[in-house]
Amino acid sequence: MSPRYLELVCPAGTPAALRAAVDAGADSVYCGFRDCTNARNYPGLNFDVDELREGIAYAHARDCKVLVAINTFPPAGGAGPWQRAVDQAAAAGADAVILADIGVLDYATRRHPGLRRHLSVQASAANAPSIAFYRENFDVKRVVLPRVLSVEEVAELIEEIGMETEVFAFGSVGPMSEGRCFLSSYLTGLSPTSEGACAPASHVTYTEQDGRMLSKLGGTTLNCFARGEPAAYPTPCKGRYVTNGRASYLFEEPIGLNAISILPELKHAGVTALKIEGRQRSRAYVTQVVTTFRQALDALACGAAAPVPAAELKGETEGGRETRGAYHRGWR
Amino acid sequence: MNALAPARLTLGPLLYHWSAQQRRDFYLRIADEAPIDTVYLGEVVCSKREPTFAPHRTAVIDRLRAAGKEVIVSTLALVTTQRERETIAELIAGGLMVEANDVACVQLLAGRPHVVGPYINVFNEGARDFLVGRGAVRIVLPVEMPAKSIGIVAAGDARVEFEVQAFGRQPLSVAMRCYHARAHGRTKDHCQLVCGLDSNGLTANTIDGTEILTINGTQTLTHGHVVLLAELGALRRAGVRHFRLSPQDLDMVRVAALYRDVLDGREEALAAVETLRPLTGNVPFVNGFLHGREGLAWT
Repeated sequence: MSPRYLELVCPAGTPAALRAAVDAGADSVYCGFRDCTNARNYPGLNFDVDELREGIAYAHARDCKVLVAINTFPPAGGAGPWQRAVDQAAAAGADAVILADIGVLDYATRRHPGLRRHLSVQASAANAPSIAFYRENFDVKRVVLPRVLSVEEVAELIEEIGMETEVFAFGSVGPMSEGRCFLSSYLTGLSPTSEGACAPASHVTYTEQDGRMLSKLGGTTLNCFARGEPAAYPTPCKGRYVTNGRASYLFEEPIGLNAISILPELKHAGVTALKIEGRQRSRAYVTQVVTTFRQALDALACGAAAPVPAAELKGETEGGRETRGAYHRGWR
Repeated sequence: MNALAPARLTLGPLLYHWSAQQRRDFYLRIADEAPIDTVYLGEVVCSKREPTFAPHRTAVIDRLRAAGKEVIVSTLALVTTQRERETIAELIAGGLMVEANDVACVQLLAGRPHVVGPYINVFNEGARDFLVGRGAVRIVLPVEMPAKSIGIVAAGDARVEFEVQAFGRQPLSVAMRCYHARAHGRTKDHCQLVCGLDSNGLTANTIDGTEILTINGTQTLTHGHVVLLAELGALRRAGVRHFRLSPQDLDMVRVAALYRDVLDGREEALAAVETLRPLTGNVPFVNGFLHGREGLAWT
């Protein structure tokens, strides 16, 4: 086996997706419990304790690590499920937990000092002093960087903090500072930060009007599009709004993030791991994306220099179009 | 209510980009006329705006303090550049109480007493206790927090006081990208501070014509004003001592007087809500988050 180029961290929304990701060559998979303790609390997804234990056995037997995301923010008086999730992840033999809330981090640090802690993107740590706060207080070993930084900014940050980082390589483009966006709860009353579901399906409706599709979240219209027109799942930041009399995708176009063509740049910047998003996506998606990234990373590890073509992933990106997100344009 | 410490009114940091003159005039009037106890001063949204007010800053602080008001320095909600970190370090070194709005600021404060602003997630006792241990003496609770949770977090800890936003547009998100520039077809680096065109932010409508959000540079706010007047008594009993009025381009002195009258029992809350309506134009009122509903609801 060739030396590892970058660790490939892959989504496991279900036990079947976990096995698919492991079989397709994931170095690590991440998953969550079937409740509000993780940021993908959607119906039909996630793991119970037994499934997690079985998933870990399957992954470990194939030299793949399992990271458990417990990355929402407990409500006042209700930290029990989050603490239990940390205890259960530790007991099941998880390789790390991915945490965001200061209270949960504090609990995990005190109760399970030997359990490796990663800082979730939900903690929105986009600068060196923030990362230092989490490292000094909670001995965090890895930080998942917000997808708002350019490659240059990522490189500078890594040089200063000198610790493991994980960056988003494939998935959606998140323009907001994650973990502190209240747009979805403003429209639905359900909180992504504490209940783990942005734009919950129970509040999404599609209706046809004059031959066009209207998508709504809660009672609020987020988009209107023709058949065949690219459109994203109706989260508030992917909606169409009117400002100064002009309708536009004010926050972000319906477009997916794909960093496969800049993997050497990310490696050069000092990145440790690549995160593939998509715990809410199908097993076929997981197989396709993980396989493609595995092949690209193996080729790069063997000295291939040319940028990797990304054509085979076009069908998997949001809205069928892709961008390198903030990595090149930096949103400046 | 007699056993409670007196409720205090605070003026949150100005979130919009007003001209230096408008800012100066605004704060001097607040100093002279508004029944406000604490004024938060400083840029929360975009560091490019900071130089605008710098020449007047010291004079305004002096005037506010001479008028008996506590001045607290607010800091950026999303810190990225080295220059922004240096600015925060300078503000900390300035000696005034600082409101931290990014965990970076908490780290740079290194245990000194400070206020934790509403952009840092303190949703539960665990986060509260940890931050109090690191020097937090006041916590401004996140706008999303329902009354039930406020009651639990704000109960019984003499080391820390709590603050809740009771008036003005509620901040919903911060971002790296500038939506004000984007709405004008500009990049962030070449924005020419176009956010200064909209003294109450830029209204974003849904495509079927409902006013829904307010764009303020890299920040997104509610379109409606949160109005917590009927809830003031319950919040006080729950342990909230400070009530934040977020500056809007309207008669904030009158708004402050109205809130003071309700807190002091000189005015009925429901009557005050009606008095408030003509002061705020056609902007709807919201209070859904506090009542555990969608934020844009009005109960």
